[in-house]
Amino acid sequence: MSPIIDIKGLSLAYERDGRQNVILKELDLAIPRGQFLVIVGESGVGKSTLLRVLIDLAKPSGGTVIVNADPANETPMALVFQDARLLPWRKVLANVAFGLERLGIPKPERCARAKKMLSLVGLGDLGGRWPHQLSGGQRQRVALARALAVEPEVLLMDEPFSALDSFTREGLQDEVQRIQQATGKTVLFVTHDIDEAVYLADRVVVLAGAPGRIAADVTIDQPRPRARRDAALVEAARQLRGELSRRSSDL
Amino acid sequence: MTRLRATGLALLGLLAFLCVWEAVPRLDLVNPAFLPPPSTIPAALLKEIASGAWLVAVIESLSHYVVGLGVGAGAGMALGIVAGMFRSFENLTAWVVRLLRPIPGLAWVPFAIIWFGVEPRAAVFIIAVGVFWIVFFATQGAVRSVDRDLVEVAQAFGYRSAWSRLTKILLPAATPGILVGLRTALGQAWMAVVAAEIFGVPGIGQRMMQASSLLSTDIVVVYMLTMAALYGLFDTAFVALQGWLLRWRP
Repeated sequence: MSPIIDIKGLSLAYERDGRQNVILKELDLAIPRGQFLVIVGESGVGKSTLLRVLIDLAKPSGGTVIVNADPANETPMALVFQDARLLPWRKVLANVAFGLERLGIPKPERCARAKKMLSLVGLGDLGGRWPHQLSGGQRQRVALARALAVEPEVLLMDEPFSALDSFTREGLQDEVQRIQQATGKTVLFVTHDIDEAVYLADRVVVLAGAPGRIAADVTIDQPRPRARRDAALVEAARQLRGELSRRSSDL
Repeated sequence: MTRLRATGLALLGLLAFLCVWEAVPRLDLVNPAFLPPPSTIPAALLKEIASGAWLVAVIESLSHYVVGLGVGAGAGMALGIVAGMFRSFENLTAWVVRLLRPIPGLAWVPFAIIWFGVEPRAAVFIIAVGVFWIVFFATQGAVRSVDRDLVEVAQAFGYRSAWSRLTKILLPAATPGILVGLRTALGQAWMAVVAAEIFGVPGIGQRMMQASSLLSTDIVVVYMLTMAALYGLFDTAFVALQGWLLRWRP
């Protein structure tokens, strides 16, 4: 079966003060349908840029991105930002329904779908609150529900839990894992936290260097649900750490 | 307790003010014909209401106020939004704005009379010009400073036209700033109402000028206080509306 996303020779460079800044250079990456792919790398390596290209917030300077999504789906991808970026003037439920308003869905159905998504992320009762009344973790759950509500085939997540305390973060990691298992969605998850990567991923891709290139591509073949301190996961994390430090000392 | 105390002090200050005002003409420090004591004002108000002149003047002034404010604030918001959204429009109009902005609203009175005559339309024009710039700059600034991250959210969810950017993000996000401008305009418009009517357009201002030429200073004070009361009414209503519109803020 063809991969749902097929990236070939993707480059992104921009000019500033007469100097060429190359963020990504000739990146090749194929993502099979239903895979939980985690991209790790140090900051500035182009991880977020890759997601921004996919959701059309940034223009690549070269290469192709083929998305083999259902042509009837107007929102094949949805992005969860690092900071929740809820719209403060909308109540929680209206925030979740935000992406649906474009799709010609009548209001009662938008409402029903948003409610369903809020329940899915465990916030079924909070639809009537304003965003400022929520905790950081709750806000990020709402952002996740907002992305899921448009029924994307690929869920893009840009360091979604990095600003949260570790308790909240672990809870949300479990939640994302559960939702991905339940819906079978393709997930493209960016993080700089190796333990998080190994715990969540079917496959970890390491981006390193400037411009960013794929330095390692590792399959994490562990059954789910996973235990956080599972020996095989700890070992996989140890190897990835070694890989990352070797790559960065090379450069 | 402190709140009660503050209210008490405010009341005390007002009473002291009224006492001094009452005493000055009564002690003949100033001719009572030049400064009517406040105790004569209620009777003057009742007389003015009974003659029917008060209601007519208030209704005329209010209609100038509402229409002028609507036209000026509407145009200011519309052009402010366009200037805030499109850099090229801002550049195109930059020097025209610089040229016209420093001209006070009252400087337009001669043209208002030439173009519209001593008619309500002239008053509406002067009021509209008086509030236009305030609302224009407030709106442009508010739209300009909307968090780009929120605009990105809209783009990421497929809202890519200028219209959807405006309705989904820019307008709601800029509302607090626009409302600040509108509230200033609310006060500014009253000034313009009086100014326009002093030149003869029927309304409170014209009635004040008539009373003043007859040395009926108590009637002048009646209308001064009427304007203060109307402004207070509008401002209170506006603050309530503002609180409701911005109920999403912490």
